[in-house]
Amino acid sequence: MPDLLLELLSEEIPARMQRQAAEDLKKLVTGALVDRGLTYEGARAFATPRRLALTIVGLPSRQPDTREEKKGPRISAPEAARLGFLKSIGVPESEFHRFDLYEGHSIALPERGLSVEVRGSGKDATAFALIEREGIETLALLAEILPGIIRTFPWPKSMRWGAASASPGSLRWVRPLRSILATFGAETEDTEIVPFEVDGLKAGNVTYGHRFMAPGEIRVRRFDDYVSKLEAAKVVLDADRRKEIIRADAQNLAFAQGLELVEDEGLLEEVAGLVEWPVVLMGSFEEAFLDVPGEVIRATIRANQKCFVLRKAASPLGGEGGAERRERGQENGLANRFLLTANIEAKDGGTIIIGGNERVIRARLSDAKFFWETDKRVWAEDRDFKRLEKFKNVTFHEKLGSQWDRIERIRALAKELCKVTGADPAEVDLAARICKADLLTEVVGEFPEVQGFMGRVYATLFEKELGISPSVAAACEEHYKPIGPNDRVPTDKVSVTVALADKLDTLVGFWAIDEKPTGSKDPFALRRAALGVIRLVVENGLRVGLLRISDAHQSEVVQSILAIPSKEPGLKVRGFLRGVDKQFDVDTRTVDLLSFFHDRLKVMLRDSGARHDLVDAVLANGESNDDLLLVVRRVEALGKFLDTEDGKNLLAGYKRAANLLRDEEKKAKKTDETEGAFEAAADPTLLKEESEKALHAALSRAGEAVMVALEKPDFEAAMRAMASLRGPVDAFFDAVMVNADDPAIRKNRLALLATLRRVTRQVADFSKIAG
Amino acid sequence: MSVPAPLDPSKSFQGLILTLQNFWASKGCVILQPYDMEVGAGTFHPATTLRALGPKAWNAAYVQPSRRPKDGRYGENPNRFQHYYQYQVILKPSPPDLQELYLESLYAIGIDPALHDLRFVEDDWESPTLGAWGLGWECWCDGMEVSQFTYFQQVAGQECAPVAGELTYGLERLAMYLQGVDNGFELNFNGLEGEARVTYGDVFRQAEEEYSRHNFEYADTEKLFDDFKNAEKECLALLKAGERAEGERHRQVLPAYDQCIKASHAFNLLDARGVISVTERQSYILRVRELAKACGAAWVKTEAGGA
Repeated sequence: MPDLLLELLSEEIPARMQRQAAEDLKKLVTGALVDRGLTYEGARAFATPRRLALTIVGLPSRQPDTREEKKGPRISAPEAARLGFLKSIGVPESEFHRFDLYEGHSIALPERGLSVEVRGSGKDATAFALIEREGIETLALLAEILPGIIRTFPWPKSMRWGAASASPGSLRWVRPLRSILATFGAETEDTEIVPFEVDGLKAGNVTYGHRFMAPGEIRVRRFDDYVSKLEAAKVVLDADRRKEIIRADAQNLAFAQGLELVEDEGLLEEVAGLVEWPVVLMGSFEEAFLDVPGEVIRATIRANQKCFVLRKAASPLGGEGGAERRERGQENGLANRFLLTANIEAKDGGTIIIGGNERVIRARLSDAKFFWETDKRVWAEDRDFKRLEKFKNVTFHEKLGSQWDRIERIRALAKELCKVTGADPAEVDLAARICKADLLTEVVGEFPEVQGFMGRVYATLFEKELGISPSVAAACEEHYKPIGPNDRVPTDKVSVTVALADKLDTLVGFWAIDEKPTGSKDPFALRRAALGVIRLVVENGLRVGLLRISDAHQSEVVQSILAIPSKEPGLKVRGFLRGVDKQFDVDTRTVDLLSFFHDRLKVMLRDSGARHDLVDAVLANGESNDDLLLVVRRVEALGKFLDTEDGKNLLAGYKRAANLLRDEEKKAKKTDETEGAFEAAADPTLLKEESEKALHAALSRAGEAVMVALEKPDFEAAMRAMASLRGPVDAFFDAVMVNADDPAIRKNRLALLATLRRVTRQVADFSKIAG
Repeated sequence: MSVPAPLDPSKSFQGLILTLQNFWASKGCVILQPYDMEVGAGTFHPATTLRALGPKAWNAAYVQPSRRPKDGRYGENPNRFQHYYQYQVILKPSPPDLQELYLESLYAIGIDPALHDLRFVEDDWESPTLGAWGLGWECWCDGMEVSQFTYFQQVAGQECAPVAGELTYGLERLAMYLQGVDNGFELNFNGLEGEARVTYGDVFRQAEEEYSRHNFEYADTEKLFDDFKNAEKECLALLKAGERAEGERHRQVLPAYDQCIKASHAFNLLDARGVISVTERQSYILRVRELAKACGAAWVKTEAGGA
């Protein structure tokens, strides 16, 4: 079975796009082949900075022939329908006259593999078409599909180049495409070049090696010799192998110096996309730079130089207070070394390359050190944080005012939230006030990724001078947390309070100005903020009435918006507010925000393996459910209950009851009775059988018990009360005929079932539960 | 082959410039002189901004003194100047071997690819003030960015057809690397030693000090606001005056574009003086862009623009 090898060689492809592009290439080519009836045994795609490569093995050498029968219209159908059919099966208009459709007639167009016959007689006489297609050679088929895939390749950003770009419609690629290699053939035979051309680039069997070390032509037959010849020409095709080489070499170099590599998966992925032939080299910088916090050194070296940093290997004795220092954000532990990944084996063994990189890193670290010293001076001098006034001139969002406005709102909300979290209001207020102070520092200005962390570092450094407690210092970092589903959730009360206030203010604010996430667009990371609120509340066991808190804060936000000075006519703040004055409906927006929380909660629970239907069932219990902790607890309790025999049987009993009720309610509706036809309390005097009397008694006991348990709230007790219904429900269905002849008794029994529905609904809407 | 130090790219600043001039001249470029106005980057030279537009072939290279008032550091920072030099090459249409040509130019100034780690690292270039964007790279030599390499896709609001390739070398940084100097002011300018040696600092340190004071403290902001307004007005008036009937050539683009450059520099100075707020900043940038776009639209109606 023949294989395909395709390589698209271009000028340097951005590292971040390579992996996806390789995947896209595989998907598009295999997809196009499958669409045309071709199967294959396997496909793999690769990317380097200069090439995308694809190998598909085990393709047939020919596309299979196909035979398709299509049913057309009756011959009595209007002319338009008959002609439409002919057109749809590929009969050219010039031939329509030959296709008179009458009983018993058949016409063939052999050159198009088409025939049409009329089957049946009289009214039923119908046209049928038989379309036979002879498969073509796979080689020709590939030549047909590849140019289109290359022309429409889904690069995130593409460009035009060269003389061809003078005309519209010229080829676009991520950077100029330089050559195409495409061979096809069986393992044991010579391969053939797939004959196609895109914008003057003719596919061939030639590629080129490493840009500097082996730039010459390489003739290739198939994937096997392609990979080995590239390797000989200093190109490692597989990005994962390049990563492994870099990782292993980096660890070895580090180990030899008694150091440890600070692992950085994102950087490794990027670096592997910057080289075709990775050569890891170690450089150093002056010890004196280690005064600068390790995170800053790392950020500098990583962002600007794409180099790895190293730490001193952990001593088996643990060192003096290492863990404690780490906890306080002071851990440095970095060594004055770094690892760079070059793309060549230099003639001098890399001395010059290392020297050059060291110079650049020295200059960068000098800047970082200068920023760090400047910041420390500012923190030491401006002890009253007068500089925070600068936030008045920093726009947070055009319609939500300045960063200053935002901090004031967070302070107000945090104060409110202290009642829920039990945090010390004075500490919380200080934390809320200074938690963004590091945004004004030089270090964060240069390296935004260390925001928060630096706030904590500076606050910790000046704990004594500024009277900042460790909790407040920690909150400067932790109020951003959790960032994403895997990030740690803070537990310190001050951090929790400010983190909640920060996120809730963001959400309420953007809801107030109607900037909600849509589809894949969430520019302000509101989904992440909502998930953060949920995790903060649930993992810290906090009872937060989100409706009340959000609604109250909504007014705070509106006040704040109204106070935005509108000196600039272009800002349109006034216009926006005019709309608010008339139509602003706090209530609707808060409710809408709550349902956003519910959606995020569902996603979170589903991702953590909880049953989606249980969340829906609990949320459909008719309450506002704005206490997310209770929602989660209730889902958990319900899940456990439904895993028990009692739970399963009660659910079955419920379903039976609900189905009966639904049918009867429908009938009742037809006879003009209302839907709640059976909601009236059952009449004890009409209870005839023992088991219905028992169910009646059990329902009133359980209903009461569930209500009491939910008020506490004690979900286990609520579930126990529900479990007590299982026996009576089962016995009832065993012994009692609901549809009794006497309509009064029948109605009374249905009322009993409606009571069961009401009792269970206090906990959850069981009809939303699967099974 | 030994070159006398005053002409040696690794021993003198001027040697670097002369070597690049010779290299690109030998590749068929028109070697131009700097544009005689204050600009923020070599791209502002009409030989790039305007000549990048239209169908006609155009290959040029030149040094462009560039001013970024905000980058002034009173001569105290060895790496950051408010006035520096860029070496600019523009080739339209971009030749198929542009990367190889660029690398060859590095070899010409003494960067041996068998010893140095040369890389093309993604960098999408955009100039909000010029209404221009392109795709390309930062070119790295041993971890240091030594050039910008861009395939212009759009300039002054006009699609580039054909696309031009633009190379910009940061001359001071490149020279510091070649000379092995950490402090820009200590670059050897003329390649001589002892008494006869002239450094970059000898030539520019005082200027850095004085212009930093000017840019941050003394520049008359009232006058600059007026300059901006007047240049904007003049630019639009000239464009209007040069406009002819449909199908006829425009007669007044280059002088109008000069006014666009003036407005841009006035804005940069105002920005350095710290008198433009964040929101105003955006609107000033937009106003300059509108001028650049109007000039671009008019340029394609001139002879050199292909009309």
